Amino acid sequence: MRPTPPSWLKLLVPVKRTVDYAVKIRVGPKGVETKGVKHSMNPFDEIAVEEAVRLREKAKDAIEKITVVSIGPAKASEVLRTALAMGADDAIHVETAEDQVVEPLAVAKALKELVGTESPDLVIMGKQAIDDDSSQVGGMLAGMLGWPQANFASKVDLDAAGKQVTVSREIDGGLETLKMQLPAIVTTDLRLNQPRYASLPNIMKAKKKPMKKLKPEDVKADFTPRLETVDVKAPPPRQGGAKVESVDEVVAKLKEAGVL
Amino acid sequence: MFSSATRTALPRTATRAFSASARAKAETLVFLETKGDSLVPSAANAITAAKKVGGKVTGLIIGKDEASVKPAVDRAKKMGLDALLVRTSPALEHALAEPTAPVFAELVKKGGYTHFAAGHSALGKNLFPRVAGLLEVQQISDVMSIQDENTFTRPVYAGNAISTVKSTDSIKLFTVRASTWEPAQEGDKEAEVDVKEAENVGPEWVSEELVKSERPDLATAPTVVSGGRGVKSKEAFDETIIPLADALGAAIGASRAAVDSGYADNSLQVGQTGKVIAPNLYVAVGISGAIQHLAGMKDSKTIVAINKDADAPIFQVADIGLVADLFEAVPELVKKVEEAKK
Repeated sequence: MRPTPPSWLKLLVPVKRTVDYAVKIRVGPKGVETKGVKHSMNPFDEIAVEEAVRLREKAKDAIEKITVVSIGPAKASEVLRTALAMGADDAIHVETAEDQVVEPLAVAKALKELVGTESPDLVIMGKQAIDDDSSQVGGMLAGMLGWPQANFASKVDLDAAGKQVTVSREIDGGLETLKMQLPAIVTTDLRLNQPRYASLPNIMKAKKKPMKKLKPEDVKADFTPRLETVDVKAPPPRQGGAKVESVDEVVAKLKEAGVL
Repeated sequence: MFSSATRTALPRTATRAFSASARAKAETLVFLETKGDSLVPSAANAITAAKKVGGKVTGLIIGKDEASVKPAVDRAKKMGLDALLVRTSPALEHALAEPTAPVFAELVKKGGYTHFAAGHSALGKNLFPRVAGLLEVQQISDVMSIQDENTFTRPVYAGNAISTVKSTDSIKLFTVRASTWEPAQEGDKEAEVDVKEAENVGPEWVSEELVKSERPDLATAPTVVSGGRGVKSKEAFDETIIPLADALGAAIGASRAAVDSGYADNSLQVGQTGKVIAPNLYVAVGISGAIQHLAGMKDSKTIVAINKDADAPIFQVADIGLVADLFEAVPELVKKVEEAKK
């Protein structure tokens, strides 16, 4: 073991491969069709990776390592490569079966196990995945670990020397600022930053960065779903298209609808 | 089965209970969110959802001390609850997740509740997953309807698909989408209130710099006025969208194009990667209606679109569409809305 200065911090960034946000999804007989559909990194996770990289650009040597982790099928390694190209140092891929549904609770349990082995000081992740829209993993993990949490972060100030993080978080009707001792968990909101594009040289370099492959057994997580999906339907289409000719008619219709 | 007319004619209790055994078994605790000393509007919607489970429904209010939540308690106890718990501690003042989640987890365990519900607000989204982590159950987020005590429907893929899930957990933890549930009304019956100091409060938290805006919050506002690329500049956004929002008492939203062009703040973005909202009235000004934007507002009760392009996709979902130059139509609308209010 080499001697480690006390302020050296490790960051863990969980990322998810989801259907690309620009895709208009289709609901088939077996639920949402994901085969042959463009996938990419969950947009909120991209923001998390960007924030981790920016924190290091600011704190320089104080941050020893940024590890990205994804739990998912073989192709999830692609989003890990993207994260490495954005500036993460190494990656962990917990590879699951192609059609395995991994619920937030299972993800949180697996991450808890990885926190045990990787011992990060700060976990940064997206506030929600745009496929299941659960918005749960960050809070669940924080609860399981007994770590402080700051969800929906719009600003993160890391004091590496003091092992503290100050987070402005989006709440209904405003912002709230929290100061937490590390280790802690932060989930990212859309306004936190603008993720960078990975440059071609960085994409090439990312191919050489280490990626550890794990199996679900390695993280001791039981991936059996607690929720059985009964069915998935397309929402009822909206009856729109009623046009009016003047502002007066708009006001009249609003009165009719009882909203004015 | 019954026709819808017959069903509405049945007494409420008959429609909400699924079977005699479900009624006897289910015990629902519902967290009622407060702001200042009053209940937030969505708490009343959460009560309705909790009643839909069938069985006994107990409300839960937390606060710094008894006095700080008295108006909320006075209102909540008349809303048809079977019981109301009030748990107080100075650490619970801001309802932060760390001190609050252990209190909730303990109450659910000790009280033998089968269901625990809250609104899917920023607060509910912050608190409930932590409670779920402590109880090791798979939470169900943003519930739109409840079929029976185990079966819930919820939107996935930003509302582009509706998923029905059946929970196998012994405790069902769920947050409810306020806009799909009618608010519970106040009645004559008063629930018995049990006030105690909270046990098992987690570590106290440092909270500071609470910034508050006077305008209604975008996520929960009943009326929202949104501007898009068609507004053309930040100045024009401020000159057209803000007065209309003021006239309607509305929150302000924006499309991604407007946010990216710097007309409005990121936090105002409505859409798949921004906020997903369902107000009573949504006014889209200079917004073409890309699928990502529609995903964030298509559940609004009434949609008004003002756009000069008659072929804009927004008109396919708008209940009231006006093909006009927004720079002429919006000021006129502001004037007429203000006249109409008098």
